[in-house]
Amino acid sequence: MKILVGISKAPDTTTKISFTDNNTKFNEDKVQFIVNPYDEWYALVRGLELKEKNGGSVTTITVGGADHDPIIRKALAIGADDAVRINAEPTDAYFVAKQISDYAKDQGYDLILLGKETINYNGSQVGGMVAEMLDMPYVSIASKLELEGTTATIERDAQGGIEVLEGELPMVISCAKGMAEQRIPNMRGIMAARTKPLNVVEPTDSPALTEVVEFSLPAEKGDVKLIDPENMDELVKLLHNEAKVI
Amino acid sequence: MSVLVFADARGGEITKAAPEAIYYGKQIADKISSTVTVLTYGDVSNDQLEKLGRYGASKVLINKAIKEDNDQSLSALVAEAVKAEGAKVIVFSFDPTGKILAPRLSAKIGAGLVAGATALPEMDGDSMTVSNNVFSGKAFAKYRIKTDVKILSLLPNSIQVSESDGSATVEEFSPSLPEGKLKVKEMRTLGGEGIPLPEAELVVSAGRGLKGPENWAIVEELAGALGAATACSRPVSDMDWRPHHEHVGQTGIAIRPNLYIAAGISGAIQHLAGVNGSKTIVVINTDSEAPFFKAADYGVVGDAFEVLPRLTEAVKKFKASN
Repeated sequence: MKILVGISKAPDTTTKISFTDNNTKFNEDKVQFIVNPYDEWYALVRGLELKEKNGGSVTTITVGGADHDPIIRKALAIGADDAVRINAEPTDAYFVAKQISDYAKDQGYDLILLGKETINYNGSQVGGMVAEMLDMPYVSIASKLELEGTTATIERDAQGGIEVLEGELPMVISCAKGMAEQRIPNMRGIMAARTKPLNVVEPTDSPALTEVVEFSLPAEKGDVKLIDPENMDELVKLLHNEAKVI
Repeated sequence: MSVLVFADARGGEITKAAPEAIYYGKQIADKISSTVTVLTYGDVSNDQLEKLGRYGASKVLINKAIKEDNDQSLSALVAEAVKAEGAKVIVFSFDPTGKILAPRLSAKIGAGLVAGATALPEMDGDSMTVSNNVFSGKAFAKYRIKTDVKILSLLPNSIQVSESDGSATVEEFSPSLPEGKLKVKEMRTLGGEGIPLPEAELVVSAGRGLKGPENWAIVEELAGALGAATACSRPVSDMDWRPHHEHVGQTGIAIRPNLYIAAGISGAIQHLAGVNGSKTIVVINTDSEAPFFKAADYGVVGDAFEVLPRLTEAVKKFKASN
């Protein structure tokens, strides 16, 4: 079983967000970067569990410059066998998906796992695009994945509930909570990660179809209006007359 | 040349998010002197389809051969409709089905996609920019779509819909399509009785301050009185006090209801990221220093065990007299 896991770089979840260059670039100054949590906690760890059960290999793939190497080493420390880094700025979802699918198309992966979204761009786009480019089925926002030979049973979010799907590998799956439990790398993993292969591959020629023109931050909230805890009639009145939400 | 809007259907019913996407498509169509064609599938009654005219659809295409949301058949269907209609703008809802079909379509036809749009696009000739939420709701980005054909998926509950008295013509649309490779074995509705959280307009949420799962009755009673969905913070779902699908926050689901009431949640930045799109936020906490109060519109410094039942009574009294 050959498993490919998409790994992207994201600012730590406690980061205070700000922008530079006339609000066109994310301000990376003093920002701690992590592996995108959905990629790490769910896609990577489930990939490792499936490998441990069925044999095979787990390769990670990342589109980004050398500044991505620390988070790639983290994924290797958690247990991936090797890593591929496509040496290019990840400009938009289409570009990233094209790089991943161009790399993956001749490699015979049985399973391509990604997080359900990144916590910086939240677009949920790359998985579906990779699936289309490779002509594979795509299951998004999956919370459970079991394999029986080459048949996969997956639970995923659907409108109004959970859908249980069945299909034959290969396929692309985006992973969400429930899929696996976070793994903390141990010292042996961290040592081993230093010598595991991290292959840098040059990008194929592909356009970005979208570009960010400007970032902005939400307006500050006004002061909170405090209500006497004894007087909930007052709160209901405000929610009705002032906020107009009930 | 029309604006094509994909409307998801479940069990013979057009989903709740679809009218908003159709209305959104209509606003775009008006700006480019075009009309809205809606595409759907399954066993939806003609009556329901004609009524989509009220939100701005001129024409509805329905494919009756596809019964389930099979991603490859459905994305091929959308691509065929784009071709047949000569669509320049394609609109989806940013919901579970839209999150599958919009990126597939983008890759299939090489058209740029902005996912989770929160407002109408700005258009100037062939140029289109549109905003969405980034950094898990902590910031916004305005994107330019660089391709001729443009794909947008609309974050539900983003724009106000108004109805007119239009009626749409209905046509069957049956191009030849590849067979889907996924089979739906089962559909499990969550909780059964409750309102699905992502679609809820009112949400009552609670955190560790409730001390244990056995204390959730007071949360459910308030939700029941309001007609609200229930939600929870990450620690609560991690400890299995509440099911995972109720977890709102950066690594759970992001919601933007009209009213979000949070009891016993301190308001860590990761939790705020999932709820700060809410129109009105009420925070109930014993600790007046809880960071959540800074993000709240209304605050109650008090014990949730006393305040929630009192609020439930006040809501019941209000409902009885209105």
